[in-house]
Amino acid sequence: MSTTNWNLEPSLESTAVVQLKDQYELFINGQWQAPKAKKYFATINPSDESHLSNIAWATEADVDLAVKAARNAYENVWSKLSGAERGKYLFRIARLMQEKARELAVLETLDGGKPIKESRDIDIPLACNHFFYYAGWADKLQEAFAGQQIESLGVAGQITPWNFPLLMLAWKIAPALACGNTVVLKPAETTSLTALKFAEICQEAGLPAGVVNIITGYGDTGAALVVHPDVNKIAFTGSTAVGKQIQKACIGTDKKLTLELGGKSANIILEDAAVDQAVEGVINAIFYNQGHVCCAGSRLYVQESISAQVIEKLKFRLQSIYVGNPLDKNTDIGAINSKKQLETIEKYISLGREEGAEIYQPACQLPSKGYYCLPTLFTDVAQSARIAQEEIFGPVLAIQTFRTIDEVLQKANNSPYGLAAGVWTDKGARIFGLSSQLRAGVVWANTYNKFDPASPFGGYKESGFGREGGVHGLSAYLKITN
Amino acid sequence: MQPKYTPQELLVRLKSAPPIDQIGTHERISKIQSRSLKGPAKLHGLRLALSMIDLTTLEGKDTPSKVRQLCIKAQHLHGINPDLPKVAAVCVYPTMVGVAKKALENSTIKVAAVSTAFPSGQAPFEVKKLDTLYALEHGADEIDMVISRGHFLAGEYNYVFDEIAAIKALCGSARLKVIFETAELDSLDQVRRISDLAIAAGANFIKTSTGKIQPAATFPVVLTMLGAIKDHFDKTGQMIGMKPAGGISSAKIALQHLLLVKEVLGEAWLTNEWYRFGASSLANDLLMQYQKQLTGKYQSAAYFSID
Repeated sequence: MSTTNWNLEPSLESTAVVQLKDQYELFINGQWQAPKAKKYFATINPSDESHLSNIAWATEADVDLAVKAARNAYENVWSKLSGAERGKYLFRIARLMQEKARELAVLETLDGGKPIKESRDIDIPLACNHFFYYAGWADKLQEAFAGQQIESLGVAGQITPWNFPLLMLAWKIAPALACGNTVVLKPAETTSLTALKFAEICQEAGLPAGVVNIITGYGDTGAALVVHPDVNKIAFTGSTAVGKQIQKACIGTDKKLTLELGGKSANIILEDAAVDQAVEGVINAIFYNQGHVCCAGSRLYVQESISAQVIEKLKFRLQSIYVGNPLDKNTDIGAINSKKQLETIEKYISLGREEGAEIYQPACQLPSKGYYCLPTLFTDVAQSARIAQEEIFGPVLAIQTFRTIDEVLQKANNSPYGLAAGVWTDKGARIFGLSSQLRAGVVWANTYNKFDPASPFGGYKESGFGREGGVHGLSAYLKITN
Repeated sequence: MQPKYTPQELLVRLKSAPPIDQIGTHERISKIQSRSLKGPAKLHGLRLALSMIDLTTLEGKDTPSKVRQLCIKAQHLHGINPDLPKVAAVCVYPTMVGVAKKALENSTIKVAAVSTAFPSGQAPFEVKKLDTLYALEHGADEIDMVISRGHFLAGEYNYVFDEIAAIKALCGSARLKVIFETAELDSLDQVRRISDLAIAAGANFIKTSTGKIQPAATFPVVLTMLGAIKDHFDKTGQMIGMKPAGGISSAKIALQHLLLVKEVLGEAWLTNEWYRFGASSLANDLLMQYQKQLTGKYQSAAYFSID
């Protein structure tokens, strides 16, 4: 019988579970409030460029209101609650998020373009787990910092990125609330919807007014939050360029600051590695979430003796990657988050060609509407090439080969970033040797892009400072004195 | 017979295989299992799976009439759907080969015989040879031999290699499937090693299990064997067939196996020339799901013949 072209049919997740409003207001002091300047901006679905909704654009006056609400809630309600009481609210939020997991997943995919299977299986469950995890710490903070004096900070201003909207919200809000702080959070302008849904969840959980405030807007909104004099803590995840501006703005204030910034992480395959699983790991490291991952393994170093084999296997594997409608349950690579980001990625792809690297992209039909980018491999990349040095934040892998371990260590560390790294080898001793010498916040061994609320995450060098997750994540939201 | 490799050469060859990481293997499989198969693609997959079945009966109480019944089922899977594909082969003990061959004489369905003291392989080589010759003389188109697991686990790779090569030499034009009984092997690294060994010794197909010991055709084992087939193809251009056997009793699992083949080896392997399911009860579940796809309704199991 004929066996050609056994293609999977589209298998679309239903969007019926999501009820979008025509317009979203700001969530301040437990209520929906129209922005003072009466300005709104559109949020679109990057998979087909359709208009989803209009979102309030907060200006200085709105930010000030939100900070005042957070201050009031901190002084009069939240800081007076026992840890156990705070924990109850967090557990309640976590359970409500679980109950609405499907709705949140569809919303995340509609607004951000990530494949439904990732938002369904990774983003949302992990976000829930962060709330469960930090809910458990709320009444055990003194145990975490035995023998030390701990105090909450006050009002935390938090700015989250567009690549993992709800997950990054969870990374920030859960520890902040567990430690007794109140929050003003600004989501990224292209992906506000799950944060606004989260505000509804806070209402439903009966969280006291003002403990969590969500203000939407562009960079100017975030800037107003950063410079607000009554904010005690700034937590930012995003680009290194913006991170530097924020750090400058915080100089001379007593604001506590954590920055989780860009990366150009090295993924290293040694010749004794389990090759097929390493290849799969490389695919996961760079193409997960369209490569919109700060710790994406975007520089691949393969030991010379197996490099030809690994590159062939990568090319073959790319043929069974499905690129397309993010709502399709079979989609592996969804839509690029925004037109602007697609242009950035395309700029780097042409730069890679100009720099003389060899390009490989699988033959694959992309949807005619929406922002899509083929998974892209560059081989024969020079260490000096910009595609090997700069963060692309897209599905583009720069591959180099190496001969000795000293050489690869030098090259891997030769970057202004230091967020993550991967090591693939069957030898335990090599794992320990390399991971202790790689200047990166996280080093994964024989796996990549593994996240757990109990595990701290954060960078070296220009990838930022401060840790999120685990006990370490608590100290970012506490004043600790010996 | 002159050994093809010295013990040292064979060992070097086997040790050059990459290690297998169990966690990574499971992750790859979970990606396949999250694929969603619907509509015409599912129907196509079900037909494909039916056409790849080695319909099997391997019991001490097998009778000629049971084997004849199985052969009739093999040709007419479901009377009300006459356009269904036929299965690939009927798989029986050597003593039943003659019966099956006669029952299938006007058909393209192959007769496969398990041999070499199936299922344990615990017999002197001379006995295994006679066992195989008997099946071939009665017309077996395919031989499903078992390896000597004891020798393999003891590291006597040349013994196992020579045994496979000798049976292969007897087979002539009959295709040789080599059964590893992976439940008796210790690790995925061992599965990879025996796969490389069997392929080097001349196997046309590599097969997971006898079906007598559980767990049989697990996804990690199958993926590891597919990896060996792929690497051999990349090196030599020669295709080797794959036959998971034992434990695949539902359409859902069978379809996931086919998706695994599609992604790991490519569509060239999606034919019964290169891929088989060793199964006895799988066919009825495939038929039931097929009928469901056609009509939107499940029929009760009573509508499908048990042979």
